[in-house]
Amino acid sequence: MTTISRSVKPLIAPGHTACTGCGLLLGARLCLEAAGKEIIVTFATGCLEITTSRYPESAWEVPAIHSLFENSAAVASGIEAALKVLGRSQEAKVIAQGGDGATADIGLQALSGMLERGHDILYICYDNEAYMNTGVQRSSLTPLAARTRTSPIGPSSWGKSAQKKDMPAIAAAHGIPYVAVASVGYPPDLQRKVKKALSISGPKYLQVHIPCPLGWAHDSSLTIKVAQLAVQTALYPLYEMENGAITSVRQVSRRLPVTEYFKHQGRFSHLLRPGAEAEVAKIQAVADANAQKFGYPPIR
Amino acid sequence: MVKSASLEGLRVLEGSRAVAEAVKLCRAQVISAYPITPQTHIVENLAEIVADGELKAEFVNVESEHSAASVVLGASATGARTYTSTSSQGMALMSEVLYNIAGLRLPVVLSCGNRALSAPLNIWNDQQDSIYVRDSGVIQLYAEDNQEAVDMHIQAYKIAEDHRVLLPLMVCIDGFLLTHTFEPVYLPTQGEVDAFLPAYQPLYYLTPQSPLTMGAFAEPDKYMESRYMIHQAMERAKGIIEEVAQEYGRIFGRYQGGLVEEYQVADADVVLMGMGSMVTTMKVAADEMREQGKKVGVLKLRAYRPFPAEAIRRALRPGVKVAVVEKAISLGGLGITTGDLCSAFYNQTYRPYIRGFIAGLGGRDISPTSLKQIVNRMEAEVEGGELEFIGLNRELLEEG
Repeated sequence: MTTISRSVKPLIAPGHTACTGCGLLLGARLCLEAAGKEIIVTFATGCLEITTSRYPESAWEVPAIHSLFENSAAVASGIEAALKVLGRSQEAKVIAQGGDGATADIGLQALSGMLERGHDILYICYDNEAYMNTGVQRSSLTPLAARTRTSPIGPSSWGKSAQKKDMPAIAAAHGIPYVAVASVGYPPDLQRKVKKALSISGPKYLQVHIPCPLGWAHDSSLTIKVAQLAVQTALYPLYEMENGAITSVRQVSRRLPVTEYFKHQGRFSHLLRPGAEAEVAKIQAVADANAQKFGYPPIR
Repeated sequence: MVKSASLEGLRVLEGSRAVAEAVKLCRAQVISAYPITPQTHIVENLAEIVADGELKAEFVNVESEHSAASVVLGASATGARTYTSTSSQGMALMSEVLYNIAGLRLPVVLSCGNRALSAPLNIWNDQQDSIYVRDSGVIQLYAEDNQEAVDMHIQAYKIAEDHRVLLPLMVCIDGFLLTHTFEPVYLPTQGEVDAFLPAYQPLYYLTPQSPLTMGAFAEPDKYMESRYMIHQAMERAKGIIEEVAQEYGRIFGRYQGGLVEEYQVADADVVLMGMGSMVTTMKVAADEMREQGKKVGVLKLRAYRPFPAEAIRRALRPGVKVAVVEKAISLGGLGITTGDLCSAFYNQTYRPYIRGFIAGLGGRDISPTSLKQIVNRMEAEVEGGELEFIGLNRELLEEG
């Protein structure tokens, strides 16, 4: 087993109330610790909020503010503007955080405004691909055919009928200097991207894939493995875009078929039954298109 | 009442410009606004003022009123003095954030250029939009004219930022009737305002030097206490609003009332009660009726939230009849301030005769004639004192 040495004081303290094997709290902790303590963070309503900030307790070791579900980017914009006018910009970097729903659905407008205006803010989307805090409802970042409470499996449903929204491309379309996709399955890569983002002035967008044992119905000991399989099947390629162009792709030595990713997760278990071949083919086609775009090897 | 006799400092300004100048004098540091749904010239003027380097501020052009309120929320939490303004649909969109700002105890100051809510779409003045956020924990003050709007904004920061209060404050100014109307206005000097309103001293703010968490969630065993404390701060604000208005009066020579303003109320048989620009019309109507021997007075609600029940009870003597004129309505219920006024008296040993009149919705004129009509209706007490709409076009209603 690989051990990641921890040389810094945890910036999200132990004692938060997240589930065992939670990819979100791991991802958030890795991001904050890469950023260091000279930061001010916002966080949207959702699991990150509910697990860290039950009054009178707080797991945040950095200045942190939660306002509403959809305004994390706008609140961060106000913080950044205030630091500027008060002559305190050197005091802290500003990081806005939200889940996939807070980012790509209800908060998309506020995020777009923040990116367009050019605030010096790193926006981090923790993507567990559904509304987990409220009991697993589909979001626009839920992948095709995943089962959620609002995209159930039935005689006339294979789960979510729409594709996952390409949120990094939407962020990049704002002409911002840095967009990156990372995963808790690859902590050093994730932390390198946080540090790089914070070294760049202007708006940055980082999307972090974070398995959710509860919502994805996988064993809580498999969080890292499931995250890695998403990358190895080319369903969640990890890359960086600088000024609109892809500048790095995390390569995989061996590409796996998507069914390798499905077999650990209850949300995809219907795809492993006989008769699901056509649905599986649709998702394999998504992975194949990703592989072609990002230069992954063929499946072996 | 304007007491300044000299013409020094007197300028003829559009209401929106006058408010923008007041916000500049208050040295707002982060200003955020969305230009439509709908906006006044206030923020256009402020954008110019910032662009011209006359005010050291960050002007954040956002993509909605929801974000405008969120930006000033974040900026206020970081320790900056903030400002936004909106009206109508924009106020409705902002409402979620306004509740949040109040709950976070952030002294954001905003202006509402009062206008009607859709549907039907109508861009003209009434007060439904600010009434819509009545229960949000935002202090609401209503200006009668543009001079009061200027003075009220300067007082607003002092009230909101007082550590005994720490609540957002909305200055309500009637759309078009004030925001787009040119009036002579005294603007204080920067030195005078700086002396009256020192820099904002936040009690808490976001900084790595002293990390804290804002916006924690509260379970059933904690939530009610938090709401109670906001209510208490509202109650304390009554004293601070009066105190600040009186201090302002001493320094600047203008006192237009604290929580309420009484105009010939003491000996009145009928009192017209209202908020905003209609109060000037009420005063004119009262004067004219007094010339005809009718004892009519006017009670101006300067503060609507917190509701100045005690000040109103002190002002209204037993036997008086009160006609509440409202530019908003709780559809299917009462006139809204009428309900507040009735509640203020229900458990008292005497209750004035109170009736509510809905007037001036969606920009319809409230004239001295229509107010005289109301006073005439009050002379005969109608059983039950039901709500009455003033100036309805019956022909239009019959067309169906």
